[in-house]
Amino acid sequence: MGGLIELFSDYTLRNVALGSALLGVVSGVLGCFAVLRRQGLLGDALAHAALPGICLAYLLTASKTPVVLLLGAAVAGWLATLLILQIVKHTRISEDGALGIVLSTFFAFGIVLLTFITKRSDAHQSGLDKFLFGQAATLVEEHVITMAVLGGAALGMVALLYKEFKLLAFDAPFAASLGFDTNVLSVLLTSLIVIAIVIGLQTVGVVLMAAMLIGPAVAARQWTDRLGVMIIIAALFGAGAGVAGALISVSDEGIPTGPMIILSLTVIVLCSLFFAPARGLVWDALRRTRQRAALAK
Amino acid sequence: MTTAIFVIVLTGALVAAACALLGSFLVLRRMAMLADAISHAILPGIVAGYFFAQGPNLLAGFAGAALAAAVTVAVVEALQNTRRVGGESAIGIVFPAMFALGTFFVSKYFANVHLDTDAVLYGNIEFAAFDVLIINGVNWGPQSLWVLGALCVVNLLFVVLFFKELKLATFDPGLAAALGFSPALIHYALMTMVSITAVGAFTAVGAVLVVAFMIVPAATAYLLTDDLRRMIAIAVGVGILSAAGGFVVAFIFDASVAGAMATMAGICFLLALLFSPSHGLVTRFKRLRRQRMRLAMENLVVHLLNHEHVAYEEHEAEVDHLSSELRWQTGFARRVIGLAQRAQLVRLTDGHLALTDAGRELARRAAATTVEPSSDLLAASP
Repeated sequence: MGGLIELFSDYTLRNVALGSALLGVVSGVLGCFAVLRRQGLLGDALAHAALPGICLAYLLTASKTPVVLLLGAAVAGWLATLLILQIVKHTRISEDGALGIVLSTFFAFGIVLLTFITKRSDAHQSGLDKFLFGQAATLVEEHVITMAVLGGAALGMVALLYKEFKLLAFDAPFAASLGFDTNVLSVLLTSLIVIAIVIGLQTVGVVLMAAMLIGPAVAARQWTDRLGVMIIIAALFGAGAGVAGALISVSDEGIPTGPMIILSLTVIVLCSLFFAPARGLVWDALRRTRQRAALAK
Repeated sequence: MTTAIFVIVLTGALVAAACALLGSFLVLRRMAMLADAISHAILPGIVAGYFFAQGPNLLAGFAGAALAAAVTVAVVEALQNTRRVGGESAIGIVFPAMFALGTFFVSKYFANVHLDTDAVLYGNIEFAAFDVLIINGVNWGPQSLWVLGALCVVNLLFVVLFFKELKLATFDPGLAAALGFSPALIHYALMTMVSITAVGAFTAVGAVLVVAFMIVPAATAYLLTDDLRRMIAIAVGVGILSAAGGFVVAFIFDASVAGAMATMAGICFLLALLFSPSHGLVTRFKRLRRQRMRLAMENLVVHLLNHEHVAYEEHEAEVDHLSSELRWQTGFARRVIGLAQRAQLVRLTDGHLALTDAGRELARRAAATTVEPSSDLLAASP
């Protein structure tokens, strides 16, 4: 209860909680489409691939403005998507391999640039290393506003193209036969996912970002069979995990926010898997024992 | 200083070799992201080992990491088996959770100790020379060389001894099962080797870059050869080459050594992706264009042959008419005619094309196997 009162009075905490909740909502909504299209790990690859983009943007402009760095991240993420698609399309390397290759080499190049930057300037002065693990504690109002604008734009696009994205997620060939350009839609959806990732980098970092996309969607999927409901639940779960992680991390010195958000999310996923009505594993097991007992009689 | 450099490069080369030995199977079996998940998920295990041994202890670290890897693989498979979660979503939930747990422990309990959170991601190969192995007070030299050297030997033995089983289970799991080799057993053996290798390479190159060393050289080799033995050998070679090249780059720019080594592997992959003689994109594009031009030239000479010695031969052999007759863009038609002239198949005399002897010969041979899609031909048939 004390935490909740603090939430509205403490300036830093309000920014951290608000930023984390925003991230939860945006990644929860877009994660639903990613998971339904079986592209959850694409988000992982894109998050890693954003690192060199951030570093190059800093090297080129010598600016730490969030918008500039996030633009770099978006360009790198977009390039990585393109590369993955080309590798899968033109070689015999599987999608799994292409993801691993792009993820690890982009990240490696990012690390080279990052260490180059930190050693050239006074260590950690650039503050870029916070993108590795995220540092929600350093979120200030400017960041939260940037996140809100970007996230709002992404959510607006989803609302506008909801019908098209739904069709794409469930039956892409049918969408194509109706005359929708599935390539354009697919690229657009991936670009929106890149926005979600870009929002999340500062909060949870490149490594844990995958879970922010996949977790809420997988949890929400257990509670409903309707996409609209799933999206709303995923947004709520994402926001809940974000706020919970922020609250836990301020309760004690030295607890990082990003990992706490992910661990809160993991708890939500596990609870959903076990106890969600209809699909819950616990009810499933109970049903089976009862059936077996009935059969034995 | 020179010994330190030597130790760093050798450590990198040993990591690359140990990883690349397994990498080919990971690429072929589509287990790249599972390997990525394992290399992240061992973090809490390593931290637990550190915690229980009250400091850096090799055996405790290995034990904890192996346990964490086993838990990861088991949980991913259990999640997939519930059919509530897609295969890749299962991976994407489990490894961040494990990794978050690990970073939580690191920053909560070891905030100012030897374990540095950034090094968790990209390792500390720069200090390889200073971390020496001391047994009973005797200095045995850099620990990393012993650990990674042993890993190389173990992985080499694994691949050599079980080559047949691995190959069979990779390319035809059904046949492997029918012949009495359990594909599941081989799968778990490979997973175990991957996690042991990931632990051994962890201090040197960190959680994320291990995967680069495992997957990227193997994928490069996959683009260069169709033979599994050769693929493994090339992968190891590419890995060692990237390690050496990466060190030079890192030295010049004063940047992360492990990162530069993995980046070099990425550059090798990019080169193979573009220029591989068998699977490269540029080579394939060139081959396609060459085939297209050859086909076009055959079409041209066959068309000319069909209209030789007819009343309107002059008209049919006009360059402009040709392009509309064969439905070619004017630019393309000019290119084809230019190529055909250079190959001495046709002669151009004041706007009219005529076959040379060589051209007529090619046209006869081509016409024997293909039919020109020409409206005249269709009209002539009864």
